[in-house]
Parts: sequence; C-alpha cells; structure tokens
Amino acid sequence: MLGLNRKDAILLLIVAVLALFAPFILNPFPVDSALAQFNAGYPDLMQRFVIFGIFAIGFNILFGLTGYLSFGHAAFLGVGSYSAVWMFKLLSMNVLPALVFSVVIAGLFALVIGYVSLRRSGIYFSILTLAFAQMSFNLAYSVLTPITNGETGLQLALTDPRILDSAQVGGSLPVTSLFGAEMRSAMTLDLAGWSFTFSVGYYLCAIIMLIAFYLSVRLFRSPFGLMLRAIKSNQQRLNYTGLESRPYTLAAFVISGMYAGLAGGLLASMDPLAGADRMQWTASGEVVLMTILGGAGTLIGPVLGAGFIKYFENIFSKINESILHQWFAFLPDGVQDFIVMILYPFIGKGWSLTLGIMFMLVVIFLPGGLVEGGQRIARLFRRTKTTDGDVVSTKTKPAE
Amino acid sequence: MTEQTCPVILAYALVLVGTGASHRMAGTMDAIILQILNGLDKGAAYALIALGLTLIFGTLGVVNFAHGALFMIGAFCAVALQALFNASTVTLDPTKLDFLGNPAKVETPYLVSWFGPEMGASIIDWSVPLAILFAFPIMVIFGFVLERGLIKHFYKRPHADQILVTFGLAIVLQEIVKYFFGANPIPTSAPDVFRGSLDFGVWLGFEANAIIYPYWRLVYFAFAALLIASVFGFLQFTTFGMVVRAGMADRETVGLLGIDIDKRFTLIFGLAAAVAGLAGVMYTPILSPNYHMGMDFLVLSFVVVVVGGMGSLPGAVLAGFLLGILQSFASMNEVKSLIPGIDQIIIYLVAIIILLSRPRGLMGRKGVMEE
Amino acid sequence: MGILEIKNVNKRFGGLQALGNVNLTVMENTVHAIIGPNGAGKSTLLNCLVGKLLPDTGTAMFDGRSVLGKKPHQINQMGISRVFQTPEIFADLSVLENVMIPCFAHRDGSFKINAMSSLMRERDMLDKAEHILEDLNMADKRDMHAGSMSRGDKRRLELAMCLVQEPRLLLLDEPTAGMARADTNNTIDLLKEIKAKRDITMVIIEHDMHVVFSLAERITVMAQGTPLVEDTPDKIKGHPKVKEAYLGEAA
Repeated sequence: MLGLNRKDAILLLIVAVLALFAPFILNPFPVDSALAQFNAGYPDLMQRFVIFGIFAIGFNILFGLTGYLSFGHAAFLGVGSYSAVWMFKLLSMNVLPALVFSVVIAGLFALVIGYVSLRRSGIYFSILTLAFAQMSFNLAYSVLTPITNGETGLQLALTDPRILDSAQVGGSLPVTSLFGAEMRSAMTLDLAGWSFTFSVGYYLCAIIMLIAFYLSVRLFRSPFGLMLRAIKSNQQRLNYTGLESRPYTLAAFVISGMYAGLAGGLLASMDPLAGADRMQWTASGEVVLMTILGGAGTLIGPVLGAGFIKYFENIFSKINESILHQWFAFLPDGVQDFIVMILYPFIGKGWSLTLGIMFMLVVIFLPGGLVEGGQRIARLFRRTKTTDGDVVSTKTKPAE
Repeated sequence: MTEQTCPVILAYALVLVGTGASHRMAGTMDAIILQILNGLDKGAAYALIALGLTLIFGTLGVVNFAHGALFMIGAFCAVALQALFNASTVTLDPTKLDFLGNPAKVETPYLVSWFGPEMGASIIDWSVPLAILFAFPIMVIFGFVLERGLIKHFYKRPHADQILVTFGLAIVLQEIVKYFFGANPIPTSAPDVFRGSLDFGVWLGFEANAIIYPYWRLVYFAFAALLIASVFGFLQFTTFGMVVRAGMADRETVGLLGIDIDKRFTLIFGLAAAVAGLAGVMYTPILSPNYHMGMDFLVLSFVVVVVGGMGSLPGAVLAGFLLGILQSFASMNEVKSLIPGIDQIIIYLVAIIILLSRPRGLMGRKGVMEE
Repeated sequence: MGILEIKNVNKRFGGLQALGNVNLTVMENTVHAIIGPNGAGKSTLLNCLVGKLLPDTGTAMFDGRSVLGKKPHQINQMGISRVFQTPEIFADLSVLENVMIPCFAHRDGSFKINAMSSLMRERDMLDKAEHILEDLNMADKRDMHAGSMSRGDKRRLELAMCLVQEPRLLLLDEPTAGMARADTNNTIDLLKEIKAKRDITMVIIEHDMHVVFSLAERITVMAQGTPLVEDTPDKIKGHPKVKEAYLGEAA
C-alpha cells in the first residue's frame, strides 16, 4: 500500500486511526467525573501533540538516522513561526501560503546553518548548532526587532495590508483559515455525559502530520535513508565505498529543518503570534528529549515521545495540592500530608523537574526509548526471539 | 608557530575593535582600559567554569552539560549561608510599641545573640567570603557523589548520551533550586568594605572618575586568578597532578601503568565541581543568583572551551578572558552603533569562525576529540 | 604499461622515512603481492593509494590518471576498492544492507537523494547484492546484524562489499590476518575463484607466505620503506636480498 511494506502500512494505519479519532480516544472520561482532568481531547492540546509530533519526526530524520545531535533545532521552529505570521500580515489569512513560506524559509535557513555546522561532527557539531541557535535567539530579541517585534512577539494588527484578502469588516482581528474554513471553528458532540470537540485546526494539523509521517517512513525505507544510516554506522567505510557523506548529512539537515519550519508554521497558523522564546535552546532540548524518549531512529518513537511529553506536561501542570489531597484522602492524615509533601515538588510548576528526571531515567535505563521498552515487555510475554518491531534494523524482504 | 600567533592575532583584533570604535571619544586609552576591566570578571567566571569542563573532559572524557548547574549551586551555597546567618529569634520588646499598641517584635539573628552585636553583624556582613569555606566541602562531596553515582556509568557511552544525561541532570538541579529558592533573583551583598569603587584611572594618570571599578570585581578577579593559579600549581607540582596531566595526554597508557585511575577520576570531578562552585559563590554580589544562571553560563562556557581548544587548560583560561573582554568591548555603545546587535552574538560569532578555521581551537592539542 | 604506476613516492612522518623512493608497477589482471617485515611501509603505501595519506613527493597513476590528492570517495569511483586489515563494515546494519550500499554507490555516483524510492522495489540492486552474497557463501546470513558476526565473516562481507562494485583494482590489506588455517585456505580459494571469473587486478599485502605463494603472480619485497626486489614467486623464494631483509629483521 502506498509503496510501503505490510508492517509499515499497518503502522501508518494505526497512527492515522489514532490521529483521526484522537478527540474520542483522548476524552475517555465523562465531563463531570473526577477523572475529567485527565482528558486531553481539547483542540488546543491535541494540536500541540501533532505539531510537536511533526517537529520530532523531522528531528529524528537527522538524529535518528545520521546520529548528528543538533542542539539548535528550535531555531528553525521559530523561523517557521515568524515566516508564517508575516504571511498572515502581508498576504492573506489563508494558512496554505503561510505554511509553504515557513517551510521554504526554514529550509533556506537550515541550508546555511547546516552548510557551516556540518563541516564538523560529534560534539563540535552539537556546539556549533547550539551557537547558531543562540545567536538567532539573541538577534531576534535585539537587532531584528523590526522583523520579530522583540520581546512582545510578532502579532497581527488591524493595519496589516493582507493584499489578497478582502477588506476587513468590523474592528476585530481576522482569523486564520483554509479557503474559508476557520481554524478555530469547532463542532462539539455531546453524548450522554461525554463531550467531544472536533476542530478544523486540529484536523488540518493531523492530516499534515500524517503526510509528514508517511514521507518519513518512505524516507527511512529508501536508499537515501540507507545511506544516512550508513553514515551513523561507519563514515569511513562509506567514503571508501565512493560516497561523500556531507551532501547526505546536509540534505538530512535541511529536510529536518523544513519539518521544524512546518511545525513552526502550524503553531502560528493555530495561534497567529510568534515569539523568540520558541527559539531558545531549552526548546531545542525538548525536541531532543521527545525523540529520545520515544526512541531515536525508530519510526513511531518521535510521535509517541512528543505526545507523551506534551500530555504529561499538560496533566502534571494542572494538578495542584488540593487535588493531591483528594487523591490520598483515604489515607490517615499524617501519611496523607507526608505523601502530598513528597509529591508536591513534581507537579504544577514542578513539571520541569519531573521532565528532567524522566530525561535522565530514559537515557540511563532505556536508551532505546519507549519503543524499546515496549519491545522488551513484548519479548517478556512472547519469550521468543522474534523481530525487533519497527526498529530500523529492517528486513528488506522483497515486496511479495 | 601558529599555535602562538593565533591568540596574538585575536588579541590584536580585539584592540582594533576597541580603538576603531572609540576613535570619536576624547580619551581612547581610558575607554579601552575600562572595557578590559569590565570584561575581566565575566571572563574570570567563564574561565573558571571552562577550566572545570576541560579538566573533566580531558581526563574522564565526559562532556558535562551539568557544569553550569554546579556553578549555580555554588552561588546558592552563598545564598543559603546568608539565609542561615540571618536566622533570627523573635523577641517582644516591651519598651517599644508597634502601631497597634502591642509590644514590637524584634528580630535578633542568633549570631548576634551568640557573638555579640559587633562580631555577629560582621559575620553576617562577610557571609559571601565565608561561604567559600562552607561551599568547598559541599561541592567536593557533591562532585564525588555525582561521579560515583552517575557519571561513572557513562564513560563508555557515546558522547551524545553523556550530553543528554548531564543535560537532564542540569534541568533537575536547577528545578530543585527553583523549588527551594524561588524563581526570582536573590540579591546577595558583598562585605561593606568592598561596597565602593576604585578610581582606577587616577593611578594611571587619567582624570578622576574616568575609570571606575567596583572593589568587589577586583576581588573577584584576584580570587579567580588565585584559584586558577592553584589549580595549575596543583597539576604541576603534585604527583597526583602529574598523573592527571599524563592522563590528559594519553589516557590509555596511564591506565596500563597500573595506576588506580578510578579514584583519581572521582577526585578530579570533585575538584572541578569545587572550582565551578567557588566561582559561583564569589560571583553572587556581581549577579544576583537565579535558578537559570547555570544554563546561561554553561552555553557560553562551552563556547569558551571550544574556542580555547578542547582538552587544553591554558586554552580554556585564555579563551575565557578573551571572550569576556571581547564581549564587554562589543557592548560599548560606539561598537553597537557601528554593528548593531554585535554585543548579543559576538561570542557565538567568534566561536563559529574559530571552529571553522581552526577546528582544534586556539590551543587545542592534536588527537583530542578529532573526527 | 601497468594499470598502477607508482613513481618516486616519498613520505616522511617527522624524522621517520616511511616511504623512500618507491617505484612500483602493477600489471593489469595480475595478483601482485607486497611483502616485507613490519614497518616496511606496506600499509603506508596502501594508505597513499586510497587517499588516506598524501605522499610528500612522487606520482601514482591508475590507468593513466593520478590518484594522489584525490579524496577517498573519488578514488573509489575510479575503480579502486580496499579491504582493510580490521574489517570496516557497517556494523549496525544487516548483511544485505551492507552489500546494497556499495551497489547504490556504484549505480548512483557520488550523491543522489532517492528518498522516495523504496529499497525493496530496487529489484536490480537486490538481485545484485544477493548474487554476490551467494557467490561468497553468505546467502544464509543476509538478514544478520553485521556487527554480530565472526571476524572471518566480517572479512568476507567486506570483500563482498568491494567486489559488488566490480572494481578494476582491489587492494587487500592482510586479508587472512588472524584467521585459522582452514579459513585462510577458504579465502585463498575464494580469491582464486574471483580472479578466474572476472578481470580484476589485486594488490595483496600479506605476512603469511602460504597465502602469498598460492596467489601471487608477481611479488615485491619491501624493507625500510623501499622496494628491494620484484620478481615472480619462484625467483623470490631463493633470492639473497629477501633472505637478508627477513633475517636482518630476525637478528
């Protein structure tokens, strides 16, 4: 199907089902129940799941395949966002030109940074990309204020030209749309206590994510993907096999930069503003974490990692002290207070702490990420040495 | 030959930037001296962190992204000690009344009640320098625990894994500090004696107030110089230091000599942690410590290490000061009007140029982290 | 005219003259062995030929074109492949993938983004890769993780990777080092078979005289960075200079 082998096609199908039915899947609890706080099926959050999924899929093309660890990928995300908002300001509120523009600009940006950074490898490459990203971040805050609007962030204004759009009626800011379908418009379905929201914005993001995922599967299984994995495995042998590695790494860098730009453009399409903090190196660290947590070099890993982190970020940030007390209400007072005291630093604003600990635990105990964890569990159950799931050490069996 | 010329060229370029930019000023010399002085303390902090990074990298072969966090923890040792010193008993003073007519509450720090008002007050006043005594053992022990408990297991793992796990550690450390000390910067003051500024220019024959330099920055620079000198002295004149230097030159051979490298590695990590921590302690009066200062300094210190040359201790020190001074030149208004935004990016720009033209850095040695 | 002509090549490492005035001609479609004691400069010479090192002076022409100053991948594209002393393979990939990489490199030249074609649709390449694996008796290992194989198998895999590119010149750096006698004999038979099947020139560096005398048609003896003698195996056997070089080493 679609040029994929059976296993990949099934994987794509699973991701597609998960993405399209996310409003149901992520809202398993009735609105009034105490567990409703674990629901994640509202458009804002679901959009972030898939957008960061795209970001991580792109990052994985570089890091997972070639092993080059970039610490500056957030720069491309930021560039994508700025480009998209500029298109909204100048051209039209239609998201299509904005997305195209953000991908192109991020790609060009990645071409320049990649061309320079890829002259070094290993830790030097990491530091070079970090330096470039910090430079972009600092510039966005200072000199480039005419383009980025500095600390305030780039926003829409009523006075923007928007040459393709008809004149604005009324005094409110226009909203982003796709040929008339507004991104923020949504339909709510109430079913016996449950409430499901389907938003245009989310479905646009989900479909784009599916396309991005499909393309990355194709890329993983292509000769080009094979060359990238060869670079990670043994660059010297590749050179003695008649191939220069740099064009390949540069191509991978630009492609993953374009994915990041697309993610940035989508972020801006859902909420048309762009700030420099999207480019900070902690943001770059976050995408690294998503990829590692899910499983670098695996197909599904980055998507899982992005969803996992964004979900827990949301849930953990929402829990507060009184909720904790509610949970442990069945315990004697002293024990209850003690447990709440222990857990308190990890919730609410302490989410970053939990994130950091998770980061360390994953790197220490599960370098292959969630995918590897799943395989280990599966192997425990099966007790047989079978294939390694969707890890990239593929079996390239003929199609039939 | 080129090993020596490169720093010279850079220093020359730096002076050129300074002179070129300040040609419109009446006194060129005093502006240059002022900028160099301004760059010194920041440069000293970079140099100290970079020194530890290089030490760890050169011997243990570990890329430590948590080193900035160690600097930050040092700074918060000073904050903690200051808070400890200010711990007070509350007594009711019946002779004074507050606005409600109740006896006023008087807070008396324990130190004052134990050592008498004068002695107690001056102990509190000197809390930052005293924090050195407090922070040193803490940092060394902390370094030991980190190395034994975590870093040890990553010697054989790829650099990417080392970067990632120490990056995670840095987040954890900074979040813990944030939990206990809050997100806002905590002002920490230098002892009263060092509050003022030195009119440095008068010494050199400039007019009064031409070059003003706060005493504490001078102290910081002297402290950093002393610390750097003692690290180098330690490495140069002790048997232990000799083994460390040998290890940096050729790790495998030293391992073959039957020297118990493991214990020394632990000690080195503790030492590097202490250097970063002390740098942080003394920096508190210059920059009110906040929980993310470690990350801010880390990125720049990494750049410093790369510019200086991975694995070269003198390179780290040289590059630290060089970049600190360069940064202070770039933040002069005259330079900024010439090249807008240069102050924001100068360090990264220099790093990129150096990495591309001279991959080993200013004083890097052959064979260290090469492709 | 030889296919490989090396003239007056010199290479110094600091105070050490690694190669001193090397002149060597390898005729097309022959197996040419280079022997000599350790430190004779054999590997240095090979490294100069594949672009790993640049000699200080001299020329090296392959089929009338210079190889010096070219990058490793360019030299490979001219038709020179090399087997290393310690096998250089893609340890993280499967055996089949290991062989497919040189197939693609051979077909596509230096760089091509064929990101949207699929490995399993590349029937020609698959057939070619499977064919060479069959030739080398490795067909049953095609899905194995290359890094987990025995050293002998890794060596055979590396040979397969070189051969699948149909090189005109194959450089072998101690192809039987560390092998058991049986494996060594297998390798000798294999190389003989390859030589019989196609037009290929081989340059072999080897310590094992059994291998050298079973395969080589010409032998060059090197010592201290300079070729001493070049002749047929029969004549090399009793040559006084050769004895001197080896005995000199022993003494």
